[in-house]
Amino acid sequence: MGLEIKDTMKHTSLYQAHLDHHARMVPFGGWEMPLQYTGIRQEHLAVRKTGGLFDISHMGEFLIEGSDACSFLNQCLTNNVIGLGIGSGHYTLMCNKQGGTVDDLYLYRLEEQSFMMVVNASRIQADWEWLMHQKDQHIGSPNSVQCHNLSDQLGALAFQGPLVRTVVDRMAEDTPNPIATMKKNQIQWGMIGGSRVRIATTGYTGEDGFELIADQGEIPHLWERILSEGKKEGICPAGLGARDTLRTEMGYPLYGHELSEEIDPLQAGLGFFVDLQKPAFVGKSALLQKKNKGLKQCSVAFLMQGKSAPPRPEYRVGDAQGKKIGVVTSGTMSPSLETGLGMALIQTSMAHPGTTLQIEIRNRWFPAQVCRKPLYRKT
Amino acid sequence: MSANIPEQLKYAKTHEWVRVEGDTAWVGITDHAQAELTELVFVELPEAGRTVSTGQPCAVVESVKTASDIYAPLSGEVIEVNQALTDDPGKVNADSFGEGWFFKLRMSSPSELDGLMDAASYQSQIGA
Repeated sequence: MGLEIKDTMKHTSLYQAHLDHHARMVPFGGWEMPLQYTGIRQEHLAVRKTGGLFDISHMGEFLIEGSDACSFLNQCLTNNVIGLGIGSGHYTLMCNKQGGTVDDLYLYRLEEQSFMMVVNASRIQADWEWLMHQKDQHIGSPNSVQCHNLSDQLGALAFQGPLVRTVVDRMAEDTPNPIATMKKNQIQWGMIGGSRVRIATTGYTGEDGFELIADQGEIPHLWERILSEGKKEGICPAGLGARDTLRTEMGYPLYGHELSEEIDPLQAGLGFFVDLQKPAFVGKSALLQKKNKGLKQCSVAFLMQGKSAPPRPEYRVGDAQGKKIGVVTSGTMSPSLETGLGMALIQTSMAHPGTTLQIEIRNRWFPAQVCRKPLYRKT
Repeated sequence: MSANIPEQLKYAKTHEWVRVEGDTAWVGITDHAQAELTELVFVELPEAGRTVSTGQPCAVVESVKTASDIYAPLSGEVIEVNQALTDDPGKVNADSFGEGWFFKLRMSSPSELDGLMDAASYQSQIGA
């Protein structure tokens, strides 16, 4: 049995708050984080019905500034940075030369020459080293590209659910754009409960919501103020367990599962976020080659057909005859749909919606079907 | 917080409880176990008619995050299983000593009962 040595795990500034809210804490990417408070299903359903507040302070933030920041990032990341307006964000990926995925992330353009990358907690170190390596190769005047790793300085909360906009609208002040009319993927400064916060209309749950980025020191106060103000709407704390079931229902990838140094963005079905028309970016030629050869494997979402135990990562996927065609990369019992579902990396020939699959659970096959994403849709 | 550990039951180290009725034994998992596992989303029960021996994995419970084995606390033949758990695994969480029972065994060696713990010993084991 593996033992996590608690002393070496990092804590966010909300560690005590999580204990006070009776969180069950678990190790995640080098951090001790709340898996759940009242229960994963309860928190998941609360996010879909009213709203939930997640501590995402473990995630990493890099600030990239300078006269060459835009072109530098356009060469580092797969999505088109030139088209990203000030006050906007987009989903993007960083690849290695072989086209394998270093991380998936959000990029925000804060100012003309100022950008923020929000990266996965488990990849902060790897991503920073990779970014530094790219910077070393960048040819330009001194300070044309400046990179700052603000991961320890900044914290963040994800506030997600159909009623959260009402709460934020009530609480926020000094926002150039009214909260009520912010569109998806925007970011702006604001004041919430007396704290200066970057307010972004992004999230990982499929619900309307915000990601709020502030100095670590502001986070505990922000957390308590939002929970207190949000009581009327039934807002509650939500942990990583619910975060995982929510994103899995939507078919959103998780690095280390749907994406890795071995699973490139095209196999993961994220070609939309890879601009192969750009003149150059790290991994472009490898990805173009893979695309032209045709992908042998790709990611699909699937629903279990009938009663079964939940599908889980690494379970085998077979065709109707039981021949192995791939592997489950994420899986769970869906609190919203009350059935097992997940994502799998399988032979491309079997990847059409409607195809029957079988998932091997404890040496028995259970039927599943390839489905279009998202698996969960609002009715 | 006082732990829920009924006096009249016997307990296995692996958190199964046993209620003896003549030569049969009702088997389930303790309140401590269900709290540790958190909300169950699936229960896989043994088939009626199956023979089990003490310590053998004979059922599986799954929470959102993990799957865990349940071990036979005694040897014998499974004579009845609680089908209600396939539709509502949450019964195990809600009423672990009552409606959350897993299966009934016809004991093949009742002397094995001596190898199980009483409530006080189980209480010490879980540090309650």
